[in-house]
Amino acid sequence: MAPIVRLRGVGKSFANGVTALEGLDLDVRAGEFLSLLGPSGCGKSTALRMIAGLAAPTRGDLVWRDATRPEVGFVFQEPTLMPWANVRDNVWLPLRLRNVSRAAAAARIDAALSMVGLGGFAGSYPRELSGGMKMRVSIARALVLRPALLLMDEPFAALDEITRLKLNNDLLALKAELDTTIVFVTHSVYESVYMSSRIAIFAARPGRIIETIEIDAPARRDEEFRLSAAYADNARRASAALHGAMEAEARP
Amino acid sequence: MTRQRLLDWTPPVIVFIAMLGLWEFIVWFNAIPPYVLPAPSLIARTLVNDWDTLFASMLVTLRITFEALVAAVVGGGLLALLFARWRWVERSFFPFAVVLQVTPIVAIAPLLLVYLESETAVLVCAFLVAFFPILSNTALGLASTDHNLVDLFDLYKASGFRQLMLLRLPAALPYFLGGLRIGGGLALIGAIVAEIAAGSAGQGAGLAYRIVESGFRLNIPRMFAALTLISATGILIFLLFSALSWALLSRWHDSARDRGG
Repeated sequence: MAPIVRLRGVGKSFANGVTALEGLDLDVRAGEFLSLLGPSGCGKSTALRMIAGLAAPTRGDLVWRDATRPEVGFVFQEPTLMPWANVRDNVWLPLRLRNVSRAAAAARIDAALSMVGLGGFAGSYPRELSGGMKMRVSIARALVLRPALLLMDEPFAALDEITRLKLNNDLLALKAELDTTIVFVTHSVYESVYMSSRIAIFAARPGRIIETIEIDAPARRDEEFRLSAAYADNARRASAALHGAMEAEARP
Repeated sequence: MTRQRLLDWTPPVIVFIAMLGLWEFIVWFNAIPPYVLPAPSLIARTLVNDWDTLFASMLVTLRITFEALVAAVVGGGLLALLFARWRWVERSFFPFAVVLQVTPIVAIAPLLLVYLESETAVLVCAFLVAFFPILSNTALGLASTDHNLVDLFDLYKASGFRQLMLLRLPAALPYFLGGLRIGGGLALIGAIVAEIAAGSAGQGAGLAYRIVESGFRLNIPRMFAALTLISATGILIFLLFSALSWALLSRWHDSARDRGG
């Protein structure tokens, strides 16, 4: 099947003259879990924002499989919830902006909340929840429209290790259940290897992809996988590639 | 919790009663005549005896304060919205708002009295001082909306109007209420200052006019009684807006968070 979107020769320069991305070629394949891995300032978040339509490329094109951008969900590094609205109304937002009343949206809101394990928290306010729970609400909100493409910008970077590992597993389970495509920005080699079917490794100044590696491991991942030789091998490959990226940056 | 609250309130109440007692004692012990310094008991009696006049004046002051506040909320709020929508409006008008803010109202009041009926002039003075904190706070609130939430609204292609109603206005609400609390106190001060500058008023004489009038008649106890009511009015306004903030924000905003036991 054709990729959902192809990025061809995409570049992004800002008004201050900084080139965030240069000559980016990247396909997002249907059904994959693609990680964008790289040091800070390598333009991986900018690439994600361009796929979301939140930023326009200065050069190059995005070619969509169905001629237009499909339904997209976006999860930010912070939970980015409206503090004045309870969990139900936060998850309602994407539907509300499509003119679906709260009553008509109720079943879909409840389904999204139970998917992320927050069935009993619809009436709670964000400040009453832990960091991990807020991130779950944020994921439920992104999933409530059942997007074909879920974009995540370092969603678990601010969470503690234990919560992050739990959310990693829950996200993989959700992906299997919903059969969605995920593009996931991270700076953690271990997280990207554990989660991904493919990793695009970025270098900085200017931001570009220097290597793409396929993770040759079964699609089903669990805690066993973290201890396996295959995981270690892949982590070693990704680490080496990332070091290559840092080297490339040091000697332009 | 209630026990703790009782303990919190006990010291200031004791200090208040002790100071009144000391005042009463000094006046009695030195036999100070009431036209120099009235005792608290005499002020209380005056407050009761002249209640009809004073209470009517208090209502006048309250009415002017709230009319000015409503005008400041409408004017300041709308201008803040224009500022948030178009930067050039902010650049064009904000300097003049600052000029109005930094010019002491007591210096503007006599000028306004030249051109306006005294009651209108009092209203305009109260409006001028309440306007700026509401404008600047609301403008700040509208400008400090979480940029990720703005991105989210863009992602779902929300119209500018829905972004305003569902995102920018709720995000600005705590700032607006902060401005309202400051503006409420200032509107009262503006009304009092202007009334004193006016020196006289026809039918609707406020509390400040009662002070001026009692001063002319050397009715010092009544001056104190009117002053007491002005303080009470200020406290009332403050409590009212604190309660409003609490009612609107307590569920979600950190400023209204209950840190008690």
